[in-house]
Amino acid sequence: MKWWQIGLLVCLVVACISPLASSSPDGLERVAENKGFIDLAQEAPFQIIADYVFPGIENEAVATIVAGLVGSLILFGVVCGIAWLLKSRGREAAK
Amino acid sequence: MHIPDGFLSVATVATTCVVSAGGVGNAVRVANQKLRERHVPLMGVLAAFIFAAQMLNFPIAGGTSGHLIGAALAAILLGPWAGVLIMSCVLIAQCLIFQDGGLLALGANIFNMGIVASFSGYYLYRLAISLSGDERRGKLIGGFVAAWGSVFLASIACAIELAVSGASPLAVVLPAMAGFHALIGIGEGLITAAVLSFVLVTRPDLCQLERI
Repeated sequence: MKWWQIGLLVCLVVACISPLASSSPDGLERVAENKGFIDLAQEAPFQIIADYVFPGIENEAVATIVAGLVGSLILFGVVCGIAWLLKSRGREAAK
Repeated sequence: MHIPDGFLSVATVATTCVVSAGGVGNAVRVANQKLRERHVPLMGVLAAFIFAAQMLNFPIAGGTSGHLIGAALAAILLGPWAGVLIMSCVLIAQCLIFQDGGLLALGANIFNMGIVASFSGYYLYRLAISLSGDERRGKLIGGFVAAWGSVFLASIACAIELAVSGASPLAVVLPAMAGFHALIGIGEGLITAAVLSFVLVTRPDLCQLERI
């Protein structure tokens, strides 16, 4: 296996343990609650995989894992694609 | 630290969008000159790792959680502009697909967790290894310090945006944000040092890539 395949596998394993994450509010949400401006927050105008729960899957842990796997693979693909395009353009510019 | 829509004023939204668009544009320009084929897989793996690791909220004091930002890790391994590029992709995906972070607040989120966190992480790392040495121990200490500082400074940038927007007075929101994120930064530091340690053991050559 190439090193990046192992790296990607590690990412997918991390995504699979995501249901273990703490569900407490994060630092910013905590501050917004404590200081009384949490109600200013607005819902997103559309929802695709809102709150990292893949729609249509009843088991929430599984839905979270699927969301994590999908997101990790999308980001791997998109960022490799962008980096690849920038790399090739750089090479053409150098010629 | 993903700001939802509604917290920021129109002026703050506009300013941070313009600054972040300029930052991302420059990141693309710099990457276009410096990025080589050997950078490509590490860029992709880091983006996937940062996304997955950001889902893993860890508990800190007082019924509050935090999660990795990852900008310092990306900037240490690949350089600050590559860090901006990776973080922007992660934040855009989180905003558009996962509804984490507001659409209008995207510019502010890229500014805080992309630009501020990448650059502070990168230069704090450089400063730390110039003091503690470029050996393995120095790199891990540098990684911890850089990661902690990147979270702390990003939270201060966030607090200033909230205060300027009128969500909460600066004297209230700044100590609150800085206080919680001083704790969250410890988690960021430990994860960053652990990943650096893993990379140094398994593929030390990945720490020698030209920084972008």
